Amino acid sequence: MNAAKQQRQRLGSGAVQTAFLIVLIALWYLATTRWRVSPLLLPNPVAVLADFWDILSTGEFIGDLRVTLTELAAAFAIAACGGLVVGYLVGRSRYRIAVFEPLFAGIYSIPIILFLPLYVLFFGLGPASKIALGASISFFPIALNTIAGFGYVDRLLVVAARSMGASEYQLFRYVLLPAALPVILSGMRIGFTVALLSIIGSETIASLAGLGHRIVHLAEAMEMTRMFAYIVFVVAIAATLNALVSALEARVRSAR
Amino acid sequence: MNDVAIRITGVSHRFGEEGDARGVRALRDASLEVMRGELVCLIGPSGCGKSTLLNIMGGLMTPTAGEVEVLGRRVVAPMPRDIAFVFQENALFPWNTVLDNINLGMVFQGVPRAARDARAQRSLEAVGLADFAQHYPAQLSGGMRQRAALARALSLETGILLMDEPFGALDEQTRMILGEDLSVLLARTDKTIVFVTHSLGEATFLADRVAVFSARPGTIKELIAVDEPHPRKPEFATSAKFTALRNRLYELLHEEIRKTMAETETYADEIGSRTRS
Repeated sequence: MNAAKQQRQRLGSGAVQTAFLIVLIALWYLATTRWRVSPLLLPNPVAVLADFWDILSTGEFIGDLRVTLTELAAAFAIAACGGLVVGYLVGRSRYRIAVFEPLFAGIYSIPIILFLPLYVLFFGLGPASKIALGASISFFPIALNTIAGFGYVDRLLVVAARSMGASEYQLFRYVLLPAALPVILSGMRIGFTVALLSIIGSETIASLAGLGHRIVHLAEAMEMTRMFAYIVFVVAIAATLNALVSALEARVRSAR
Repeated sequence: MNDVAIRITGVSHRFGEEGDARGVRALRDASLEVMRGELVCLIGPSGCGKSTLLNIMGGLMTPTAGEVEVLGRRVVAPMPRDIAFVFQENALFPWNTVLDNINLGMVFQGVPRAARDARAQRSLEAVGLADFAQHYPAQLSGGMRQRAALARALSLETGILLMDEPFGALDEQTRMILGEDLSVLLARTDKTIVFVTHSLGEATFLADRVAVFSARPGTIKELIAVDEPHPRKPEFATSAKFTALRNRLYELLHEEIRKTMAETETYADEIGSRTRS
């Protein structure tokens, strides 16, 4: 497929996505004005937009955003370090893979967020419990993908490298790492998304600050318009972060 | 004074534990002496252990019995300064360009940075890929990929080249061309080459001597000498001498191939157990 056709296809799919959003918002507007959906369930989008600008212009969001982002950064950093190291150590041994891979996969299939009360008991209501939970959950996709990455490098490449005299370090740096990198990167991207979801989710359950906390607080106060404005804000933040992470992933992939 | 590059004495190899029902006796008491500067082909039916023997020669495997000596020294591990491999499957690193692949081989071997460029350039020219240095393996045809793999092995400037059916995945025409090129290369350098193949024509065309294997468990049944100087001319392939030699190989092999087909274990098992180490 040539470049012009690719460009047209990309514009085409962009147009469909934009149209989808527009239709969604139009339906939202109609629901609240024409179809008489209760403002307690679904506030008017124009009012939500007004509140949204207010939140942005007054900088009201800064405190909560900082808390959530710090928790996210810390949780992801811990999960990434742990996941990468454990993933490498397990992935290099057939035996260890057989032992740990099913174990991790099994644990990951449990909704770990159910253990939030335990984390709060240990770490308190502050950011620490959110970080701990976020790290616990985010660890697994990173570790599992790293195991898959290192564990299934084409044997022939390893044999060829050894036959040419590669040391253990050279084997890791020049063969294992580039071979495993795509899988590891997608594991990190999934881990990041999962960390974000877990942290905002746990903030809505048991927290003193942060965006999730703010949203639940507003819901309890029945301030639906403002709550929706914050939801829009969180959606925008999440979308931006995910786009950044995906772009980063693509950049690293092409650089290897 | 040793003119013997590789000496194999009574090498036997067994995959799996003694008494293991799935164990395979790959080699039985194989002995061979490869002289410096000669090209020896190992030919035999599927599963006869010729690739296993090649891996043992190069130090990628330790035999369960027997000894291997390369240039007078016992082989216990790969010897990257003396032995370079060319494998059948694509062993090029797919995330590197052809040039980076060649450079990486030299990094592993320990060639100083200053010397790498010249060596890479020379080996690329020797295989005719000078214009494709910046291509990725996925962008090349099968024949070009194997040329690149050969260039990587050549850049290591080892005395010995062990080639495991390097042209096996290629079509007949490409095989012919590459075979002729290899013969030219051999005449120019002084390398000792051990070449595993299935193809009777290829073995007759390339080899100074052909080692014919028996069916599994493999041993060297007979050594046929091909008395023809390198570089081999394309005309050699149509000569009466060539045909006679090829026919002799066919006679020797046919019986062994029939024996192999009668067995129940498949070649796939062999590959699986071989690459497990």
